[in-house]
Amino acid sequence: MKGIRSGRPALYGLLVVVSAAFALPFLWLLSSSLKDTAQIFQFPPNWIPDPFVFDNYKGAVTFIPFARYLLNTLLVCAGGIAGNVLSASLVAYSLGILRWRGRETLFKVLIASMLLPPQVTMIPVFVIFRRLGMYDTFWPLILPAFLGTPFFIFLLRQFFLGIPRELVEAARMDGCNEWSIYWRIILPLSGPALATVVLFSFIWGWTDFFTPLIYLQDKMNFTLSLGLQQFQESHQYLWGMLMAASALITLPMIALFFLTQKAFVRGIVTTGLKA
Amino acid sequence: MSVKDERKSFLARHRAEAIGLAFASPWLIGLTVFGLYPILASFYYSLCRYNIVRPPRLVGLQNYELLMQDPLFWKSLWNTFYLVLFGLPLQLGCALLCALLLNARVKGQSVFRTLMYLPAVMPVVATSILWVWVLNPEYGLFNTILGYLGVRGPGWLADPAWSKPALILVGIWSLGNTMIIFLAGLQQVPHALYEAATVDGAGPWHRFRAVTIPMISPVILFNLIMGIIGSFQYFTQVYVMTATIEGGGRGAGGPEFSTLVYPLYLYQNAFVYFRMGYASAMAWILFVLVAMIIIFIFKTSGWVHYERD
Repeated sequence: MKGIRSGRPALYGLLVVVSAAFALPFLWLLSSSLKDTAQIFQFPPNWIPDPFVFDNYKGAVTFIPFARYLLNTLLVCAGGIAGNVLSASLVAYSLGILRWRGRETLFKVLIASMLLPPQVTMIPVFVIFRRLGMYDTFWPLILPAFLGTPFFIFLLRQFFLGIPRELVEAARMDGCNEWSIYWRIILPLSGPALATVVLFSFIWGWTDFFTPLIYLQDKMNFTLSLGLQQFQESHQYLWGMLMAASALITLPMIALFFLTQKAFVRGIVTTGLKA
Repeated sequence: MSVKDERKSFLARHRAEAIGLAFASPWLIGLTVFGLYPILASFYYSLCRYNIVRPPRLVGLQNYELLMQDPLFWKSLWNTFYLVLFGLPLQLGCALLCALLLNARVKGQSVFRTLMYLPAVMPVVATSILWVWVLNPEYGLFNTILGYLGVRGPGWLADPAWSKPALILVGIWSLGNTMIIFLAGLQQVPHALYEAATVDGAGPWHRFRAVTIPMISPVILFNLIMGIIGSFQYFTQVYVMTATIEGGGRGAGGPEFSTLVYPLYLYQNAFVYFRMGYASAMAWILFVLVAMIIIFIFKTSGWVHYERD
């Protein structure tokens, strides 16, 4: 133990330097977002903007149809959340609570499907959605959630396994059918796990770039991630505004992280430790 | 016994299975429509000439033969392997180091933890745009700091020799999730093991090798596999960071194709040039490659130490 103690100041120094390195790009983002063009292209750069300019934020929400993209994104997120909570809890009930032949096999298939690169299925899935007339609509971004996302099924199944068996058995003895056990007993007990599903499906909807990129064409249908990228592509030198827009789409994620730290970390960690 | 009775008894005998399948049905439909069918269909497309507008036309192995002669196919495969071979170990190593730092009990630990984790919650498009600016050769943060130290920084994303290291750097900055998983693993190592090792006269390095590494080896395996899968899907960052004014991902992958990673080239073939057959052949090669690598890792995972319950 003495060896560790004597290393304290060095350890502390290291922690400060490393976390400063992680924080620096954020400060740079903030600082750039508050500068006008002349300050942005000043050499050597100033850390503290002088004067502070808030026009970039105004520009980010007017020059880019920010409100529209925000609405689209929220719609996609809401659809994804509804779909994932509903489908993942049903399937997890089957794979975690019910006892039946074939359930272990299906669970292995579930794990394997998490390892499948989406590039392998992307083209035929695109063809299907196109044929259904859903190209350039939100359906390709929402519908798959209603048909079960393996990650969420896995997460809920792990949680369900921890629910005392006796509760389920007792309900069965009382003549409850499986649906009412699912609805009346399991779901009400699963608040924290369902919250994790809601949280992560929101984050995925908010940050997803690839699916909107291949399915959305009309500028008015873009989500925030896609809209921001398209804006950057055509205005590569408006750094102040780009940084302001980036800050705006990052802020809700940071806020969510601080508000839900426990669920946040649990979501990331359960998969890692129990797989 | 009538047919009806027989059916009834069949259902009665398999009641548990029927209910199980019913509850699992959303995913079973999803698995069929968005998993199994597409895998088979993409194999079929890979044997076809297919531009989406006209129905696919069988051409045998032509797509695969053309791929073998396509220098960009090899280039993109190499670029992706570069990220797997150099980027991934570096990222895993850094994530483990950060986790070790964060596992020490010091005051203000939660502040350090938050600062190091936060980049991982940033939407990847925002991260990518930020880093194009951070790595700007003239006015960017990175070369400015190098300048303070008296070093003239390279052109990063503008220089074919430095563009891939630039991508790796961004990956290291956003290593939060990997780090948190390592940290959770570290926190599960029983303290008694370290004490026992210390009593036996083991120094910090020896304790790390003999206690920490074996105890967290399942987590290392998990992060390694997730990292490999992630590396073979690595797309958004390059798409955003190397986008050109042409738009639509047409010019992405530069300079001189130095960041044309496999999923990006696949995307361009599918959604820029509408060579769906060609892209499907690429998808299948990716599928087989990733499957082989994962099987290989599992087969050689004798170094992973599992706790017996």
